[in-house]
Amino acid sequence: MLDNKGHPNRLGVWGWLGGGTWGLERYLYTLHRLTGLGLLLYFLLHIVVTSARAFGPEAWAASMGRVSGGVFVLGEFLVFAAFAFHASNGVRLILVELGFAIGNPIEPIYPYRTSVHEQRPLALGILVLAGLVLAAGGYNFLAHLSH
Amino acid sequence: MTAPVNVTFRIRRYDPASQQPPAWEDVTIPYTHGMTVLDGLRVIKETRSATLAWRSSCRMGVCGSCGMFINGHPRLACNTQITELGTSLVTVAPLPNFDIIRDLVPDLRPMFDAHAALMPHLIRDDVQEMYEPTGEYFQTPHELEQFLQFSYCIKCGCCMAACPTMATDPAYSGPMPLAQSHRYNVDSRDGGFGTRKQVLATEKGPWKCHYAGECSQACPKGVDPARAIQLMKRQLVFDYLRLYKQPCPSKVVPKPTEMKRRADVPEAPAPTL
Repeated sequence: MLDNKGHPNRLGVWGWLGGGTWGLERYLYTLHRLTGLGLLLYFLLHIVVTSARAFGPEAWAASMGRVSGGVFVLGEFLVFAAFAFHASNGVRLILVELGFAIGNPIEPIYPYRTSVHEQRPLALGILVLAGLVLAAGGYNFLAHLSH
Repeated sequence: MTAPVNVTFRIRRYDPASQQPPAWEDVTIPYTHGMTVLDGLRVIKETRSATLAWRSSCRMGVCGSCGMFINGHPRLACNTQITELGTSLVTVAPLPNFDIIRDLVPDLRPMFDAHAALMPHLIRDDVQEMYEPTGEYFQTPHELEQFLQFSYCIKCGCCMAACPTMATDPAYSGPMPLAQSHRYNVDSRDGGFGTRKQVLATEKGPWKCHYAGECSQACPKGVDPARAIQLMKRQLVFDYLRLYKQPCPSKVVPKPTEMKRRADVPEAPAPTL
């Protein structure tokens, strides 16, 4: 019986990107995590910025002035893009994790067809949906900037 | 791909006695027709580096011993043809997400511990019947289909190496143990869902899986652990909402007593032991 501990070989965060077969769903998995962290960061900053209102109208106006530049408009659009993807992919995950769109167990006969293949149309569908939401939001942003 | 004349194996070597971190070693050997990665490793061990260590046994994709990280993918070395890789450079490393014992030998004990913790066996009240059966547990072909796919697992660890959640979370049980737990949860002969649920409802359970799907893509036997885990989540959610009713474990069907042997089927030979 081996008692010594071996050399650590856990992939860490790199394992979110590599270590498997690099299928579409791995990228959706990783992007879902990254957009989730991005949205969380935005919410924290949002609370910090809007909390200036507690210190009076002048502090509120100064706070709003600091975040109204062009870079922040781009940042807001990125937040919107993250929302569009995260929400659309979240719907897919709710469906898949409740056992929908992944098919029933089958006898594995080579070449194997897995649940990943079964739900691929749904994955592509949510990408199209996220793209449509992003396009509509982008149009709105551009219209807002032009005024 | 046309067969190469020579193949270079880039092997991740690690000797625990040397106190040195793992390092790559290149070895070039002549290619022979039909050579698998496992065949290549055997040639290297016989002719170039006698200290090279790995696990293997059956050489036919059945035992699950030779899971390795080959050209960036978790695969069985015995099931992987050199020509299938499309290159004459074969990188071979131990399966990631497991500690390395030596060279290409991963420490699979955490996987088997997690497997055992999820009780991958029939749990029933009639213990006496299980140990001294008087008949067979009745099961329809449809009931068999609910778990047959998941029962093909050979515990090679390829799914655990491919899983991105396993890459950052040691507390997660992983695809293999969870899929095998589901295999018994949906077995009509089993009545242990309520017992396993106590473990599945913890951080060891399926809730950290967010369907990267890599385990199912990497599985060399088509077991589809991702499907098992999602179906398990549905079962647990429905159970939480009191919408799932655990069926009674199947009944014992007595052994037939009035069967007659067909004339063209000979008697079994006498036992030799």
